[in-house]
Amino acid sequence: MTAVLELKDLSKSYGAIVVADALSYALEDGEALGVIGPNGAGKTSMFNLITGTVQAQSGDVYFKGQPITGLSAAARCRAGIARSFQIPQPFGAMSVFENVLVAATQGAGESGHGANELCLDILEQTGLMARANAPAGGLTLLERKRLELARALGARPSLLLLDEIAGGLTEQECRSLIATINDVRASGVSIIWIEHVVHALLAVVDRLIVIDFGRKIAEGQPEEIMASREVQEIYLGIEAGA
Amino acid sequence: MNTTGQYTVVRFTPASRIAAAVAIVILIALALAPWWAGRADMRLLSELFLYMALASLWNLLAGYAGLVSVGQQAFVGFGGYCLFAFTMFLGLSPMAAIPVAGLAGALIAVPVAVLIFRLRGAYFAIGTWVIAEVFRLGAAQVSALGGGSGTSLPVSIVRSIADSRAMREATTYWMALGMVVVVLALVCVLLRSRRGVALTAIRDNELASQSLGIDIWRAKFFVYVVTAALTASVGALIFLQKLRISPDAAFSVNDWTAFVIFIVVIGGIGTIEGPIIGTIIFFLLRETLADLGAVYLMILGLVAIVIMLRAPKGIWGFVRERTGLDLFALTRRVVERRPAAGQNTENKENAHEPQAT
Repeated sequence: MTAVLELKDLSKSYGAIVVADALSYALEDGEALGVIGPNGAGKTSMFNLITGTVQAQSGDVYFKGQPITGLSAAARCRAGIARSFQIPQPFGAMSVFENVLVAATQGAGESGHGANELCLDILEQTGLMARANAPAGGLTLLERKRLELARALGARPSLLLLDEIAGGLTEQECRSLIATINDVRASGVSIIWIEHVVHALLAVVDRLIVIDFGRKIAEGQPEEIMASREVQEIYLGIEAGA
Repeated sequence: MNTTGQYTVVRFTPASRIAAAVAIVILIALALAPWWAGRADMRLLSELFLYMALASLWNLLAGYAGLVSVGQQAFVGFGGYCLFAFTMFLGLSPMAAIPVAGLAGALIAVPVAVLIFRLRGAYFAIGTWVIAEVFRLGAAQVSALGGGSGTSLPVSIVRSIADSRAMREATTYWMALGMVVVVLALVCVLLRSRRGVALTAIRDNELASQSLGIDIWRAKFFVYVVTAALTASVGALIFLQKLRISPDAAFSVNDWTAFVIFIVVIGGIGTIEGPIIGTIIFFLLRETLADLGAVYLMILGLVAIVIMLRAPKGIWGFVRERTGLDLFALTRRVVERRPAAGQNTENKENAHEPQAT
């Protein structure tokens, strides 16, 4: 197995606030990795560094063995990295279908009939077909989160980064989301998933890492990690107090 | 999965088909204007066409690419001066000088873009204005073209358009009509293309755009250069009709940018229809209120303020929000395939209900 993504000593701080502190890990091809940690631990910042919307101050990101640290966010997407945003970023005046079409035409490089078919498939897969013609700006929060997933899939990524897409779902919706993500994974896509809804995460991922103050403080099998005292204290302790 | 092929994507709607048919009829009537309209009407219509072209271009720039330029007069004036220079010094015919002026506009836009794209938002806007002033001051230095006081197009060049005055006026009228048709067609084709999808996405959300593979700088650069080229061509035609050019007229921020922004804002920014409607309203206001002098400008300001407060997306934005109309078939709609019409319309709703709840 080769690493699809590798972070080497990635660091970024905003003044005194450290969002990534010598962050290193590797993601195997086809692996699903879960990321947990308290709010403000640097989880979303890690995604910003991987996707290139924020540049690292030091360290390197390798994608499929190639260094991508110097590439723009757009180039990284075209290379095969797509993300969903924790705070949905829809193209408000475009329809749901057209939102996905942006990803298919620009990220995946599809055009014409092929792009349309790809988008229709994804709308069915993510349960958004009934809203295909609705302006994305008028969607509910849950629909917007689903659109984030649909749009990321539209770029036909080999690495999918999911940022808290299960929050606020009912039990039934959560099950259908897990099924969708497992389908995506079965098609060979590697996944990194930041999620507070731990049981959803555990239904998908092979491995967990815990991040706090921009540092990786634990890494391993999901069961071991969740049972470790360190996680119970730092992660669940803050969760209970929030 | 859509393996059943149950859904398909369509672009033309009944409304856009009707709009296309109506547009063709209007276009034919306008093309025949030299046979039914008076000289003053044709001159007014020419001016309207050229403003419509300028407004559509500014809308592409500001409404789609987010490049709020208040310096497009740089390219209008540059195009005008190119027309004079190319015809007087290089012996080009006025017809040939117009596309060549466009080409020159594109070339000069490249270094300008590299320079001002370092600026953002309000700084970008001011930067474009400064560039336009530099162009104006530069033009005033060209003594062969009359320096600060300007020059007139030599009679021999004017004659080369056509021998009789009536034919000349008809020719420049057709050129103006042709120009607005070409500009609207290009804007339409651009926005319907893959690149247009990217531009529309940039209009709505830059962060998401770059994360989905859109190179924002390159997309904006492309729009800036294309718009500059077409704006310079329009400028060349404007001054071919005026037959006289001076730095103050050529690089007037009021004439070529302020009125244009007014048109786009009241019509509806970020839509193709907006600048068209805005131009018609602007000319209606101007022709009915022209006798009022300064009061006319105050009324224009009032209209702009009322529309910005009551319908911030302009008249067309207001209409579209309520009706979903799309006259240029830019949007793509997902529909069920034909044979499945009737009963299946219900199924469409039901099929996804379990997941939607």
